[in-house]
Amino acid sequence: MKLSVILWGIPQAMRTCAMVFPKFKERLKEHDCIAQFALREPRGRGRWIALKNGKISTGAGIHSNPTFTIWFKNKKIAASFLTPPFDMLERIHAAKNFQITMDGPDNLIVWFMHLVASMESYTWTEGTDMGDGVKRYTNGTNGGPIFVYVKDGKILRTTPMDLADDDPDSYTIKARGKEFKPPRKTTLAAHGACQKSMVYSKNRILKPMKRVDFDHKGERNIQNRGKSEFVEIEWEEALEIVSSEIKRCKKVGPGAILVANGSHHQWGNLGHYLSAFNRFWNLIGVSKLMHSPDSWEGWFWGAQHHWGNSMRLGAAEPYGTVEDCLQEAEMMVFWSSDPDASYGFEGTQRRRWAKELGIKMVHIDPYLNHTAAHLGGKWISPKPGTDTAFAQALTYVWITEDTYDKEFVEKRTTGFAEWKAHVLGEDDGIPKSPEWQENETGIPARDVRALAREWAKKKTYLGAGGWGCGVGGACRGPTGAQWARMMTILAAMQGIGSPGSNMGNLQFGAPVDMNFYFPGYAEGSMSGDLAYSANSTNNYQRMPHIVTMNSVKQVIPRMWLPEAIMGKPKLGYVTAVDSVVGQFFPIGYPSPGHAKVEMIYKYGSSSFGTMVESNRWVRMYQSENLKFVVNQSVWMEGETTYSDVILPACTVFERWDIGEWYNVGPGYVHHMYSMNNHRVISLQHKCIEPRGESKSDYDIFLAIAEKLDLGAVYSEGGNSELEWCKRAYESSDAAKDMSWRKFLKKGYYIVPPEPEESRPPVGLNWFYEGRKKDVPEPYPLPSDYVENYGEGLQTPSGKYEFIPTTLAKFDDPERPPLNKYMRTFENAENEPEIAAKYPLRMLTPHSRYAFHLMGDDEGCFVRDIREHRVKVDDHYYLTCRLSPADAAARDIKDDDLIRLWNDRGSVVCAAQVTDRLRPGVISVPTASAEYRPAGEPGRSTDLGGCVNVLNTKKPITTKSHGIRPNGTLIEIEKWTGVDTWKPVEPLSEYVA
Amino acid sequence: MTKKWNMIVDIERCNNCRGCFLAVKDEHTGNDFPGYAAEQPRMGANWLDIERKERGAYPIVDAHFMPTMCNHCDDAPCMKVAKNGAIKKRDDGIVIIDPVKAKGQKQIVDACPYGAVTWNEESQLPQIWIFDAHLLDNGFERPRIEQQCPTDVFKSVKVSANEMRELEVTEELEVLQPELGTKPRVYYKNMHFFTKCFVGGSVVASIDGVEECVEGAEIVINKDGNEVGRATTDAFGEFKVDELEPNSGAYQLEVSGSVGSVSKTFELGADSQYLGVVALT
Repeated sequence: MKLSVILWGIPQAMRTCAMVFPKFKERLKEHDCIAQFALREPRGRGRWIALKNGKISTGAGIHSNPTFTIWFKNKKIAASFLTPPFDMLERIHAAKNFQITMDGPDNLIVWFMHLVASMESYTWTEGTDMGDGVKRYTNGTNGGPIFVYVKDGKILRTTPMDLADDDPDSYTIKARGKEFKPPRKTTLAAHGACQKSMVYSKNRILKPMKRVDFDHKGERNIQNRGKSEFVEIEWEEALEIVSSEIKRCKKVGPGAILVANGSHHQWGNLGHYLSAFNRFWNLIGVSKLMHSPDSWEGWFWGAQHHWGNSMRLGAAEPYGTVEDCLQEAEMMVFWSSDPDASYGFEGTQRRRWAKELGIKMVHIDPYLNHTAAHLGGKWISPKPGTDTAFAQALTYVWITEDTYDKEFVEKRTTGFAEWKAHVLGEDDGIPKSPEWQENETGIPARDVRALAREWAKKKTYLGAGGWGCGVGGACRGPTGAQWARMMTILAAMQGIGSPGSNMGNLQFGAPVDMNFYFPGYAEGSMSGDLAYSANSTNNYQRMPHIVTMNSVKQVIPRMWLPEAIMGKPKLGYVTAVDSVVGQFFPIGYPSPGHAKVEMIYKYGSSSFGTMVESNRWVRMYQSENLKFVVNQSVWMEGETTYSDVILPACTVFERWDIGEWYNVGPGYVHHMYSMNNHRVISLQHKCIEPRGESKSDYDIFLAIAEKLDLGAVYSEGGNSELEWCKRAYESSDAAKDMSWRKFLKKGYYIVPPEPEESRPPVGLNWFYEGRKKDVPEPYPLPSDYVENYGEGLQTPSGKYEFIPTTLAKFDDPERPPLNKYMRTFENAENEPEIAAKYPLRMLTPHSRYAFHLMGDDEGCFVRDIREHRVKVDDHYYLTCRLSPADAAARDIKDDDLIRLWNDRGSVVCAAQVTDRLRPGVISVPTASAEYRPAGEPGRSTDLGGCVNVLNTKKPITTKSHGIRPNGTLIEIEKWTGVDTWKPVEPLSEYVA
Repeated sequence: MTKKWNMIVDIERCNNCRGCFLAVKDEHTGNDFPGYAAEQPRMGANWLDIERKERGAYPIVDAHFMPTMCNHCDDAPCMKVAKNGAIKKRDDGIVIIDPVKAKGQKQIVDACPYGAVTWNEESQLPQIWIFDAHLLDNGFERPRIEQQCPTDVFKSVKVSANEMRELEVTEELEVLQPELGTKPRVYYKNMHFFTKCFVGGSVVASIDGVEECVEGAEIVINKDGNEVGRATTDAFGEFKVDELEPNSGAYQLEVSGSVGSVSKTFELGADSQYLGVVALT
């Protein structure tokens, strides 16, 4: 088609659209401008379109006074760019090579381009009509996908999804003469089921705010941060302050701005911090936090040295394990494994099948956890941090009774002789016998022998950690590395990969289609970021978009952010996943050539409730070094008011997004959706308008970007979130089966299950049998194989190493090559004073009912769950579990308010007395969205429930920066109502 | 015969995920259903609540959960104290407290022996879980708690009285406090986790001077000369005999294995018991 006709068509289409769609007509009134489309060659060719009071006028050629101009190099390029169907790859390519450029006010260009692009979307319909004015939409949460019923602009109800009759069939597993099929619906964890109360919470931030005594042009009154009141301001003022501070800090030097996000986000790919947030901050240039692999700690810093799997952060291969376990296993040992607490209930159904099949179950956990209580079986309760001794004694029985897989050990491993000698006590004179471990763990020697013999006799699945193949629980403690390493040693000694003998707890490895592509949230979505996400694996080619790169290289290890801000140089280690030894590389702050951080842009998720020794964060905010703090949040959380400007973001229900349940992505958690019984891709509908003046994160970043002339770059020429959703959807395999229009209307797509014959083989079975790797996992990298490609493990020998070679090259006293049992920190021998003062060991698992602290909001239904919080005198206190013996000794009864304290912090909780804990052990979740200091912030008792103030900031091992939150020593007493606690300022290097 | 609604709750299947608890709040906060139920308060109104029962002592402990809600009794005590026809029993068995007529009638709250009626201070209304009558009347096939539950704890059945009698027998169902004569329509399966006791122990023996767990030992529990329970120890020497009556006095325990035997007596009070280590001689 002739270019002149194409150009003429644009204003005609706009006029027609305005006639048919009143909403579009309204939009035309938003700005007056004159848009000029022009060719560089031949000069003088083009068309202008003027908008005045919503009326369109147009003319051929060049206008004498256009507001902005969109230049095309020549006729051919212009025609290709403007003719549908639009090839995004060609468009991006044209922009990257300056074949198309734009001159003029950034915000108007963005507005106009979006206006034109949006015309198509007015013909789109969405949602299912349920009658009586009710529309049913879809969305996604961290706890599962969700139907959202809306009436009159308000959310009526939210429910799990029922699969329709015409949705694909669910998988069938045949095991021991029975057939198992999952129910035809999705499931929701508590923090997914409470979302309506989160959307409408009284704690929602609905307008931008500014601290009353903060003036970015005058007195900042930093010493009052966290104490002062706030006043509501208009968006224009908020954006002005934020953008001018960004400009000021950039002039201070590269890296003066630090962005601090949490580890998680509301669900959805586009709005994720790895997407919209990363894209924006790459365009600004910022220092970032190096997150430790906090769910994986012991696996990452320890276990992976034995067998590789760096791209899974040291966790095991999950393929085929659900079927294999149900078909072959005779026993399941859940070791520090409570999937029912943190990972929804898809796996719960499968574990009930295992129970039905008569598979024996053993649960090793100081607390009789939720999974253990539901399934029943033998409960073994070691003292926290002593599991390694127990595990070593198991190997002692196997060695002395000759009941381990000798052939596997001989052919597929190295270093066993040294390991065996150590277990027998030939090197240190201490045989690691069942009697020896009893002294450490409190577990009777006879139980060790019984378990070891059962394990040797029966085909056993070791469910290590919450996922069964890694993650959570004991790996996040002072002896976490020792423990995770022992899990791999146990698995290796019993021939991991042989039928019925593997790692898993039926959480990972359901027979869903693992080859069907839909991007996970870790794949970067629109970010353009190839360095800090898995974007380069699939997404960057499938959804062509512009690359963005952060030119600032400065990084601060997250757990020592307060120290860094308060002026202490900090060393950390890289959370590298492409190789096993990448984690040995130190990173430092401040980085060469970079400025010290003086501005923090805090993005949701209160650190006070989640970071270790979190009183440090509180104190950090009053440091004179921190000139400006912005907090962009949806809800008022403990940390939100420790800022100067607060920007209100909205929930996923108020903006467009798209995502697949539990799909994270390669290089992080590949195939995580194998936790589900169905692969569910949801359009995350914008169900209602943003509440108050809150905006989507994308719109907030776009607004700031426009102040810096980055709007067109950030939005890639005016894409709205809905357009990005379409691009994301069409990049996936789902679009090959269901059109965008149909998906938009229906809201979800179920991926058909993997047929039986093509299901992937069982993880590590290839290794067990000495074959090439045959599971659909794109790693290790070719460069990390020492044998021929596809042969062996990601270790220097290609075999399982009982004594890791990589650790031998790195001198970390807490990670010796030989996995010795070392007593947990703050023990009676090494630190007798502390141990005497604080006799109770505290576990701080994740909450079952909140997702970290999402769902713990003061306005959320979850607070009425007594196992989460208990209401005493008008306030909901976090529930803390303790044994009857410890309670009786302190005259504590159910629902009593109790104070937990040590030298680092003091917190008030509500007591729940239970026999599910051995005496001496406390269990209280890290889940508090609320910080409520009784006195001076950071230096008094917290009534909100931030138990993390008690945990240490010592890293999991000396030369790492992993966290060790479990097993801290504390004391408890009935809360008197009067706070007399003061922090003890200790002398060690690790404290501010 | 008319088919009426009943709800079967299987306690064994409940793991306290709180999905049902939250579904009821999700349905009724911010929503008025005229003729059925007025909006419930944002916080604190647990129309469906979950009771927790833990039995035993370390290392043999169990924990179970029982969702409780309005039982939609056929002989409802609340109906007897309601004034102005504020409470109606529908033909399908569901009980509805009229959200207009019941205003101010706090006595309805106190009348319920199950504590299933909550008082809404702001609207001055007694309120209950309404079996999602408003949804069942409009195309939904089952109440929300059933749809929400990931482990099939709930099964709503619309059946005749005879069919329900049969189900009671085949499924071994019980109601809460049957002695009150309220005739609930909510039936429980596996209620023994809440109403009965277990006794457990760890059987050991000295083999070649080393203490070992005894697998396969026979456990017999007698009361007044009659056998009331029997079990075999597992690989950890543990046994658990359930469904014993609380506060039932003295019992005899006989343990016999290939390496020896032992007898003990114990008394059952209100709670389940872990007898500790039982050594065969």
